[in-house]
Amino acid sequence: MTAAVSLQKVSRHFGLVKALDEVDLEVQPGEFFAMLGPSGSGKTTCLRLIAGFEQPNAGQIRIFGDAVEGVPPYRRNVNTVFQDYALFPHMNVIENVAFSMMLRKVPREQRLREAEAALEMVKLGGYGARRPGQLSGGQRQRVALARAIVNKPKVLLLDEPLGALDLKLREQMQEELKVLQRSLGITFIFVTHDQGEALSMANRVAVFSEGRVMQVGTPEDIYRRPNSRFVADFVGSSNVVSPDFVSSITGERRWGSLRPESIHVVKSSADGVSRLTGTVRSRSYQGATTRLGIDLNGTVIQAVVPSSDDVAAEGDRVTLGFAKDALHLMESEG
Amino acid sequence: MSVAAAESGVILQRRGVLAAIGDYFWRRPGMLIFLMLLPALLWLGIVYLGSLLALLLQSFFAIDEFSGVVDRSQLTLKTYAELLRPQNVDIIFRTVLMAASVTVASAVIAFPIAYVAARYAKGYWKALFYLGVMLPLWASYLVKIYAWKLILAREGILNWVFEQLHLTWLLQAWLSIPVIGGNSLSISYTGTFLVFLYVWMPYMILPIQAAIERVPTNLLDASSDLGATPRQTFWKVIFPLALPGVIAGSIFTFSLTLGDYIIPQIVGTSHFFIGQAVYSHQGTAGNIPLAAAFTVVPIVIMGIYLTLAKRAGAFDAL
Repeated sequence: MTAAVSLQKVSRHFGLVKALDEVDLEVQPGEFFAMLGPSGSGKTTCLRLIAGFEQPNAGQIRIFGDAVEGVPPYRRNVNTVFQDYALFPHMNVIENVAFSMMLRKVPREQRLREAEAALEMVKLGGYGARRPGQLSGGQRQRVALARAIVNKPKVLLLDEPLGALDLKLREQMQEELKVLQRSLGITFIFVTHDQGEALSMANRVAVFSEGRVMQVGTPEDIYRRPNSRFVADFVGSSNVVSPDFVSSITGERRWGSLRPESIHVVKSSADGVSRLTGTVRSRSYQGATTRLGIDLNGTVIQAVVPSSDDVAAEGDRVTLGFAKDALHLMESEG
Repeated sequence: MSVAAAESGVILQRRGVLAAIGDYFWRRPGMLIFLMLLPALLWLGIVYLGSLLALLLQSFFAIDEFSGVVDRSQLTLKTYAELLRPQNVDIIFRTVLMAASVTVASAVIAFPIAYVAARYAKGYWKALFYLGVMLPLWASYLVKIYAWKLILAREGILNWVFEQLHLTWLLQAWLSIPVIGGNSLSISYTGTFLVFLYVWMPYMILPIQAAIERVPTNLLDASSDLGATPRQTFWKVIFPLALPGVIAGSIFTFSLTLGDYIIPQIVGTSHFFIGQAVYSHQGTAGNIPLAAAFTVVPIVIMGIYLTLAKRAGAFDAL
């Protein structure tokens, strides 16, 4: 099967800065693919290369098998939802949505009908006559979405589309985007720095760091089986444990990751000292769970335990327990 | 209370008149705004608008044709009837046509310059752009106009350049066109037009440049993303969003041309423009009412122009 989007050894430099450094990626048709990474990791540059706003310095990009080198954005059947929406302020909502059809000289009646249908799809039916300036952030976001899907592009690119929304709206939009993607069957490529968003929405996630792709996999792969310290650290607040610690348990000298929620915390008796005994240094209540920071001879381990009356308090001596396979081994020492 | 607070150390004590004034304005920001606007209000509201109204009032008086004395005892439209005499209508028509041509031509020339400056010029080049646009404003207006008279004169450099290029025939052909031609460029409408164009150009470039600079680049990306060729992006996105700048610039070029009386006097034909008519009626002719009526014309024209521009949606992007 032809990949929807494939990148082969793609590099993009800005002066001496390697925004993207020999990146290989394959996105399958119909996939909801997330590009996750901190700011400056190259994920947005990657998106802009696929959209055609930037040209790679090296490597090849193919969209449904076609090499797109030198093809301008306006000749790519790919649409983008921009981070700050980029709605045209001099047009009303329906004109914004119908913009691409206006350019293609679709008859007025037909384009208004199709634009209205797209607005209804994002639950903004009847808002056509308003100006973007009269809409809330969430509504503008939906208009941007309607404008991008009205042509049924082969690939839809979303650049941090939910970044500017508040938490509740963001969660609601995450659901709606998933439903929309399934009903349209379009390949979605989604850029975000929010791991929760990437894990909950995407079929597969690529984790970016400093212009390189660190790991590509399902959300479960990424979360439970990170392949590097960076991924373990960035995706969820995992404990990255040193080769010393790992070798004392498994005998192998490799870095390991230990999920906070896979750790059991038991209050220990006065002098029962073991390798996994330490002191609670911090405790923060998070509703259903409580996060503990436990100092094991200088290594601070985060544990998340169910909130109950007998959660250890700051200063308590506790012993940690976890199943052996909860300790995931990553790269070797070095 | 303040004593107790001072003892607790929560409120920092400051003494002195300046501190008290500062605190007063903090509590009443409206007062501060009023005081800041007061000089402008006095100037614009009373001195400027007041004298404008006095001027308008003058146009409703009439001059006694025998004695040449202005009759201030009654309001009349007689002066406006005089304004509509063919020779005066000619002056108005000539001026409006000149102002419109200067405006259109300077918009066409200024737009690409402003576009390059706003989109591509960075750092050093941007400074150079501002310097290039503003530098002519540092020189005296009169000196520039006389310089242009020399450039455009029959013995001037422009003629010489045409000669060197063996294009004198082209210049002659242009000068032989009725109305806009003449004996030489310096005594033709073409010359007047060129000097207006040069003198007002900065007032067109700067607002357009500011308007284009305010167009976010991601709108251009979005337009391209949605299938617009660069040409379509220009006409559907950049131009409409820059239009308020063009209108702002055109207000300058249009109204400055409508009111100017020096340029057409130095470079051009002996036919009057509105400014010259005002100048001569209030001066040698002593016909203040007619001069006032003439000054009403540009005000009315600008009013109509702005109304039309607004109706055409020129300010929608503001």
